[in-house]
Amino acid sequence: MFLSWLPENISSFGRDIDGIIGLIYYITLAWFVVTMGTLLVFIVRYRRRPGQAAGYVRGERLREAAWILVPCLLILVLDLWIDFKGAAVWAKVKVDLPQSDVHVKVTGKQFNWVVTYPGPDGKFGTEDDKTFLDEMHVPAGKPVRLTLEAKDVIHSFFLPNLRLKQDVLPGRAIPAWLDAMKPGQYEMPCAALCGMGHSGMKATLVVHDATGWATWVAEQWSGEKK
Amino acid sequence: MTMTATAPHEHHEAAGFFRTYLYSTDHKMIAKQYLLLGLIMAVVGGFLSYAMRWQLAWPDTEVPGFGFVGPETFNVLVTNHGTIMVFFVAMPILLGSFGNFLIPLMIGARDMAFPRLNALSFWLLALGSTVLCVSFFVPGGAAPAGWTGYPPLSAKAEYTGVNWGLNLWLLAHAIEFAAFLLGGVNFLTTVVTMRAPGMTMGRLPLVIWQQVAAATLFLLSVGPLIAGAVMLLMDRLVGTGFFIPERGGEPLLWQHLFWFFGHPEVYVVLLPALGAALEVYPVFSRKPVFGYRWIIWATICAGALSFIVWAHHMFVSGMDPRLAMPFSITTILISVPFALTVFAMVASLYRGSISFELPMLWGLGFLAMFTTGGLTGIFLGSAPADIYLNSTYFVVAHFHYTLISAVIFGGYAGIYYWFPKMFGRMLGTRLGQLHFWSTLVFFNLTFFPLHWIGIAGMVRRIANPLQYEMVAPHQWINVFSTLSLLGLVASQLVFFLNFFLSQFRGRPAPANPWNATTLEWTAPSPPPHGNWGASMPAVERWPYEYSAPGADRDWVGQRAPTVEALLRGEGRA
Repeated sequence: MFLSWLPENISSFGRDIDGIIGLIYYITLAWFVVTMGTLLVFIVRYRRRPGQAAGYVRGERLREAAWILVPCLLILVLDLWIDFKGAAVWAKVKVDLPQSDVHVKVTGKQFNWVVTYPGPDGKFGTEDDKTFLDEMHVPAGKPVRLTLEAKDVIHSFFLPNLRLKQDVLPGRAIPAWLDAMKPGQYEMPCAALCGMGHSGMKATLVVHDATGWATWVAEQWSGEKK
Repeated sequence: MTMTATAPHEHHEAAGFFRTYLYSTDHKMIAKQYLLLGLIMAVVGGFLSYAMRWQLAWPDTEVPGFGFVGPETFNVLVTNHGTIMVFFVAMPILLGSFGNFLIPLMIGARDMAFPRLNALSFWLLALGSTVLCVSFFVPGGAAPAGWTGYPPLSAKAEYTGVNWGLNLWLLAHAIEFAAFLLGGVNFLTTVVTMRAPGMTMGRLPLVIWQQVAAATLFLLSVGPLIAGAVMLLMDRLVGTGFFIPERGGEPLLWQHLFWFFGHPEVYVVLLPALGAALEVYPVFSRKPVFGYRWIIWATICAGALSFIVWAHHMFVSGMDPRLAMPFSITTILISVPFALTVFAMVASLYRGSISFELPMLWGLGFLAMFTTGGLTGIFLGSAPADIYLNSTYFVVAHFHYTLISAVIFGGYAGIYYWFPKMFGRMLGTRLGQLHFWSTLVFFNLTFFPLHWIGIAGMVRRIANPLQYEMVAPHQWINVFSTLSLLGLVASQLVFFLNFFLSQFRGRPAPANPWNATTLEWTAPSPPPHGNWGASMPAVERWPYEYSAPGADRDWVGQRAPTVEALLRGEGRA
């Protein structure tokens, strides 16, 4: 009902996020079925019928209330399970950023994504930096370090196929990472209302295989290499 | 202290039009004023949603009856639809109208503690609504920065091209908050000091408990946001920089202030609706509510937790990522008290004798829809799942299931249930049946598919889904949802028709048409000014004495025969 609607995942941590979504899906589905099922059974079973009086059940004493308290205890356990599994995934995606030799700076502005590469010297703000508008290139199978910024208002960096989203704010440089596993072109919409051009503010992520990446890098910085 | 309000004060002169309908201090008239204002604003908010959904289904085409939308106007629609529905529909109806009507009648008082303050709260709200409506007609148009109004987008006119529209939008909020602050103080004072003899807190009907909880949450949470609104207005008008980075400000501060208020606010809307459903269940299943005290404790726990969950709206906002999991844990924990309440409601049907009259249909619909919305909330409360789902239509679907279950299903449960008391006539049953079933069907057809398109990657607040390769193949969902919305809107016209026809042609209501136990049903329908005539009520038992063993009928009212009998200690339950 829900899970089949997820777009193709192409990132390493995307599997973990889909795993959490799946876990929650099956837990909530079970509770949905149990609660709605009980509700329907009660509605049918206890509909008004002549000669059948209602019972006097207050549910105040612990023995009666146990019927609702025990399920709540079970919910508490399941909640903690979701939290426990989730904490590991959250840390992997957002807290423990891996080492990377590819570093990209992405700046949101009304209404484009500006993508900057440090060039062969590995430093931003030098002459060999290269900047692209609404186009981001990364190698497949390698962790890529991102620095996310905004120029004017809040935007949100979203790569649905990589299960990555991060708001970007003016005045901050937010570190992030991604790890694309499958070459191809992917959509990169802005996910935060950022003004009248918000709709349609999007970039393309190009994931290159190893040779494609080498070729692309060579094409871009061939001038400096001479 | 609760014994004082007896004889002298019950006589009220017949008043002229102005004093009856406009400057009235009667809590019941003020409740009707809130209801009418809420319904009028619902028409405005509903009209905006129609234009918005039309644009989503058939982008950049002329919307019949509205005109061309396009991206700029779309942002205005998104913003003001949210603002109107939450602050100018849900709160006036569920808190303003229900609270005002029910509190004095259900606790056995003649009016609110501060009747004139009560009138002031309403007229402030009317002023706030007017300011918001005027903002559509100032040069530059109305606010387009989202109902959450995140700065810097909302902090500088140059980012949106809207100047006074947004200023007025902020001003309307400030006025609305002031109105409900005054109202909330009134609610609490009334419940604490004006209960009838014998009406202990442990005999208070659950809907009053929920109103008290809602008013308390609002009072404790809105302060920071009022400050925030003033700061944002100053950023816009006098050049301060509270939320503007290049002036040394911090955009995230606004989000903290907004959501510190915003999450309790969700329960401000939800709890009164939940309370209405909780009143309806015992009446139409002829048995006590299951776990009265457990429900009260669950409400208090959920209310307390709601103050430490706010950053679940901000998992990917750029706040320190190490903050996310603590907030994720508190958020998911809030499922426990609400699950308890939902289970208690289901258990309330156990061994009942359920009749499916209109208030009960809405009450059951509330439970089913709210459970659905509550469960999808677990996805969003989980920080890692939210990385993906945040800002998608999954969120839109989720909060429409929670808020519409409250405002529409819970709200109608209350309106259909108390309409006879409020207006002295019964609402028509046939139109009511049509209204319920068509609303239930069209609501689900409108909003359930939005889960799917959200999971498929459609982000919120975009004016043209066809601009996205990931979304375009699923455009049929947008068309389907829009067509269903037309059905949902048409269903509400049935209600308006019924509401106004029944005012004049409805069957006259007896004092207690449902054989219910709570105090309001011992007053005439509609109750006169002062509610109780010459003899003030006294209370001798809890509110849900249905089908008690040994009683000669299946309900025993809360009200004691006389105050004196109560004081002599007769007839304790």
